[in-house]
Amino acid sequence: MRVEKHPVLGDRKVGRMVTISVDGAEIEAVEGEPIAAALLAQGMIVMRKTPRFGEPRGVFCGIGRCTDCAMTVDGVPNVRTCVTPVKAGMVITSNLKGGGE
Amino acid sequence: MATGQTFDIVVVGAGPAGLAAAIEAAKRGARTLVVDENNKPGGQLFKQIHKFFGSHEHRAGVRGYDIGRQLLDEAAKCGVEVWLDAVVHGLFNQRLAVLREGRQVTVEAGRIILATGASENAVAFPGSTLPGVMGAGAIQTMINVHRVLPGNRFVMLGSGNVGLIVCYQLMQAGAEVLAVVEAMPSIGGYGVHAAKIRRAGVPILVGTTISRVVGQGKVESVVLATLGPDGKIDPQSERTLAADTVGLAVGLTPLTELAWMAGCEFFFSPKLGGHLPLHDDNMLTSLPYLYVAGDITGVEEASTAMEEGRLAGIAAAESLGLLAAAAAAADKAAVRQRIDVLRSGPFGEGRRLAKAEILQQQALRSRQGGQSWKA
Ligand SMILES: Cc1cc2nc3c(=O)[nH]c(=O)nc-3n(C[C@H](O)[C@H](O)[C@H](O)COP(=O)(O)OP(=O)(O)OC[C@H]3O[C@@H](n4cnc5c(N)ncnc54)[C@H](O)[C@@H]3O)c2cc1C
Ligand code: FES
Repeated sequence: MRVEKHPVLGDRKVGRMVTISVDGAEIEAVEGEPIAAALLAQGMIVMRKTPRFGEPRGVFCGIGRCTDCAMTVDGVPNVRTCVTPVKAGMVITSNLKGGGE
Repeated sequence: MATGQTFDIVVVGAGPAGLAAAIEAAKRGARTLVVDENNKPGGQLFKQIHKFFGSHEHRAGVRGYDIGRQLLDEAAKCGVEVWLDAVVHGLFNQRLAVLREGRQVTVEAGRIILATGASENAVAFPGSTLPGVMGAGAIQTMINVHRVLPGNRFVMLGSGNVGLIVCYQLMQAGAEVLAVVEAMPSIGGYGVHAAKIRRAGVPILVGTTISRVVGQGKVESVVLATLGPDGKIDPQSERTLAADTVGLAVGLTPLTELAWMAGCEFFFSPKLGGHLPLHDDNMLTSLPYLYVAGDITGVEEASTAMEEGRLAGIAAAESLGLLAAAAAAADKAAVRQRIDVLRSGPFGEGRRLAKAEILQQQALRSRQGGQSWKA
């Protein structure tokens, strides 16, 4: 959910909205925000599954240290989505199969 | 690899400590570079929207992000060069390896000031890896910087200032906070912050912990339990809250990797957050070119971080011969006096003693002629 109104920060300044694709679905995102923020705004909190046991992972540290938020972005695997800015037309896949890879 | 550039002083970290250090160094004529891995400068300051505590001189009452902006403006005026999206991943004597916007560059430095801050601690319990369990800092960045709520109903583990402040900010952003959970028998943070969230009706449960988090593929509920006198969970006391997100605010640990890599001497201080680079009252480590400032030298506050940065900046410029000893002594004395004021009072006392211990250790080891203590 986006925080539209705020008692200290005021109304959210809407940046340029762009479209990105996540596992085949088109979603709206603010250009330049971290990919993870765009996903959380849509309520998508599972970013990947662990390769061995298939356990779900989502944003944990939010500063690029833990790699829990890694996804495949424009064909590049293991991109930390919490520190990678959104660009128009990005294609993101979540590797939700996990397990036995 | 791009050919190296040379600076008088390179500062790693553009938080309050690093920016203040760079400003003081540049004002005294040092060619200064600040490197930060984020694409926004300001370190922790930029996610802090509350008015700061502390003295007027230290901009108490000013919101964190405004302090950050003021420092940046000042740095630009003094001619400090700032590289963002640039990670320092190696330190080899006076040479730094930097991954700048995806490209490798090396930088040579006359003096290096490490102001890398601290990182959040994690804690493990059944279910702690489920999506929906997040660091309090990650939550704070999402709501205050990116304006996105990562969940709706929160439980916060840890009642220090970070836990309390982030809860208040969650409510400002429109979320529901079900409880703050604290294993210790009393609240860790300042009374003013605790009072604010209690007034809003959020219980702060001391002597309590999260026994597990339950959910299919994500957090669906949180099971709390009271701790018995033996520090163990009392199974009879378990109760469940229907939360969808858990914040972890269980302390910070200084980010010291680069100091380890450089090979300076360390000291263990539980009070200040762990292993810290040993330093003298000029913020100089056991290596003659390496200074430290801010949370990397012990987790404190933005106000003390800025002052330590100033001290390091002045001392580093002095060691390069950019100012006379008498002028440097006067400048440093003024900063040290302000630091003493910041560490006075009931909340500063513990930190003051822990910091004094670092200086004593340094003095002792340098008297014993520690191998690497060349200063
Ligand atoms: C919720 C919360 C509330 C707070 N409230 C207050 C308050 O009211 N008053 C107060 O005085 N203090 C407050 N603080 C504390 C204060 O924010 C910190 O003590 C202060 O920011 C520490 O400054 P610093 O410069 O040492 O580190 P930081 O602000 O953490 O900055 C370090 C910088 O270094 C960068 N960095 C780290 N490693 C590398 C690397 N290898 N390469 C490149 N860059 C790197 C990081 O990206 C970061 O920008 C609060 C903290 C929190 C979390
Ligand atoms: S959430 Fe930890 S690296 Fe992205």
